[in-house]
Amino acid sequence: MSGAGANRMGPGGWTTLILAGVYFVVPLAMTAAFSLWEGGSTYGFEAYRLLLASADLPDALLLSMELALATVAALLLLLVPAMIFMNLYAPGLRPLFEFIATLPFVVPAIALVAGLTALFTGPEWLIGTPFYLVIPYFFLALPFAYRSLDVGLRAIDLTTLTEAGQSLGAGMGQIIRMVILPSLRAALVGSTLLTLAVVMGEFTFANVLLFRTFAVYMNQMGQHEATAAAALAVVSFLITWAAMLGVLIAGRGQTSIPGGH
Amino acid sequence: MATVEVNRVSKSFAGRQVLADLSLTMGEGELVCLLGPSGCGKTTLLRIIAGFIPPESGRVLVAGKDVTALSPSARRMGMVFQAYSLFPNMTALDNVRFGPRVAGRPKSEQIARAGQLLDLVGLSEHADKYPHQLSGGQQQRVALARALAVQPQVLLLDEPLSALDAKVRVQLREEIRRIQRETGVTTVLVTHDQEEALSISDRVAVMNEGRLLQVASPSTIYREPSCGFVARFIGSGAVLRGVAEGHSVRVANLALPASAAAAHVHGAAVEMFIRPENVRLQPMNGQLPPGAVGVEVRERTFLGSLTRIRLTLPGTDDQFSLWADLASEQAEAFIPGSRVVAQWDEAAPRVMPDADAGLRNG
Repeated sequence: MSGAGANRMGPGGWTTLILAGVYFVVPLAMTAAFSLWEGGSTYGFEAYRLLLASADLPDALLLSMELALATVAALLLLLVPAMIFMNLYAPGLRPLFEFIATLPFVVPAIALVAGLTALFTGPEWLIGTPFYLVIPYFFLALPFAYRSLDVGLRAIDLTTLTEAGQSLGAGMGQIIRMVILPSLRAALVGSTLLTLAVVMGEFTFANVLLFRTFAVYMNQMGQHEATAAAALAVVSFLITWAAMLGVLIAGRGQTSIPGGH
Repeated sequence: MATVEVNRVSKSFAGRQVLADLSLTMGEGELVCLLGPSGCGKTTLLRIIAGFIPPESGRVLVAGKDVTALSPSARRMGMVFQAYSLFPNMTALDNVRFGPRVAGRPKSEQIARAGQLLDLVGLSEHADKYPHQLSGGQQQRVALARALAVQPQVLLLDEPLSALDAKVRVQLREEIRRIQRETGVTTVLVTHDQEEALSISDRVAVMNEGRLLQVASPSTIYREPSCGFVARFIGSGAVLRGVAEGHSVRVANLALPASAAAAHVHGAAVEMFIRPENVRLQPMNGQLPPGAVGVEVRERTFLGSLTRIRLTLPGTDDQFSLWADLASEQAEAFIPGSRVVAQWDEAAPRVMPDADAGLRNG
């Protein structure tokens, strides 16, 4: 199909594709080139060495990773059962789910953070710690995680699989654990990686709430070490791409797991 | 093996009554088909038996025990669904051993049982394949083996063949019958395919608009339909509306021979039903023999070894048709537009009260 599509693409299509490629690749190539610039006509990996030598980078990276994992856990633990329940027992609630999942797109991040700051109360173990960021990150990643899970759930005949499991004597917990979650593997991996990508790149919340995450660290470094900031940007791009590649590979796995109608 | 008793079950969806005070009993080891047009309530009845839908009123008893309040997983009923329902993340073997596995049977026993059942459905060599590597027919065979793996008291089949192509459907329905006989499990099959129902059932339950119209053996259903709907729904044939007059039914101005009409009050509105295989034709040569009717050939439909001929009664403006099935080479003599003689044994037509006569006249 893709082959046929490629054959159908005319000169206009190719021109658009090439222009889009140039628009996408040139800034990246320039950033990568700038990250290797050491002054004058000298190029090398000094900026990357500087990054590795930085005492603060591992902490920022680790914090972002922890936040990402916590956000993934919160999203999956809440979303998966809720979406299974909605699909099985309350399909009429789908428009409500869709609306909630779209909200973070229409509410600007700065408005979200202002709203959250106004509600800056809660248990001590959460308030004032970086894990407070999991709350806004949850909402920020919600549309991506929801869409990925929704595609996965639509690809399997959830009702029939559940009823088949019940008729064979299985309880709902067994059906979710043994049938539904393995069938949603690609969707779960997709949700996880998309959430990781969103959290790793998030700047506004962390900066306003004064937490030093990976993105904040990158920004601070850019203010006094321009080439190191460029190197960090390249590294963060690579992390995001690796996540996207993971989504693609998991998606390819899904096509070989049917039920997949 | 167990009896299944559906006792005065009713169900409505959004104010529309889908099942109306329906009762049906299935004997041990019996294969009963629920047959009817789309929306007649047959799948709802099956799902009530399975426990997926609670009835509004009435009870379901299995082996004399009331299971109405039990969850589907507690009913010990195997079910094969219309949609392919194999677990996509499991091989055929793992699908079949799923039931024994969740029941906590030892692994060796699970595998042995699954192996036996895959052998029973002729798919031993496909045990390690995933559902997407199996054809539709193979998937439904595995689903059947999986349903049998829990040693169900009752096997429920919800249009399991409807997604398959015609040839596979015929093969698989014979296989279902063979396996059902071998295992002796009481089976309820839902279908809208009358040929499927007639070919494999011990009894057929014909449903329409949430009611059971007739429950009988396939041959009885075919030969002695209880009402016009069953007659029209099962097989093919002509339903002619008229009035009973002794040993005949008067349709328009013609007295059509039907000894069964004698059982009805003279002048009562009746429906006369006659199947194509009961109608004999011969060329018109002068006088009509006694008990024969002069008809006009309207069209011929070639069906292979048989040709179905549509005939119209004279003076009825094409309103009253009947059909005759003839051997194809014999049918060539009857050309559309020609007048021919139609005859049948007086005992062949079924004569039933015309339930809608009042509505039409009123």
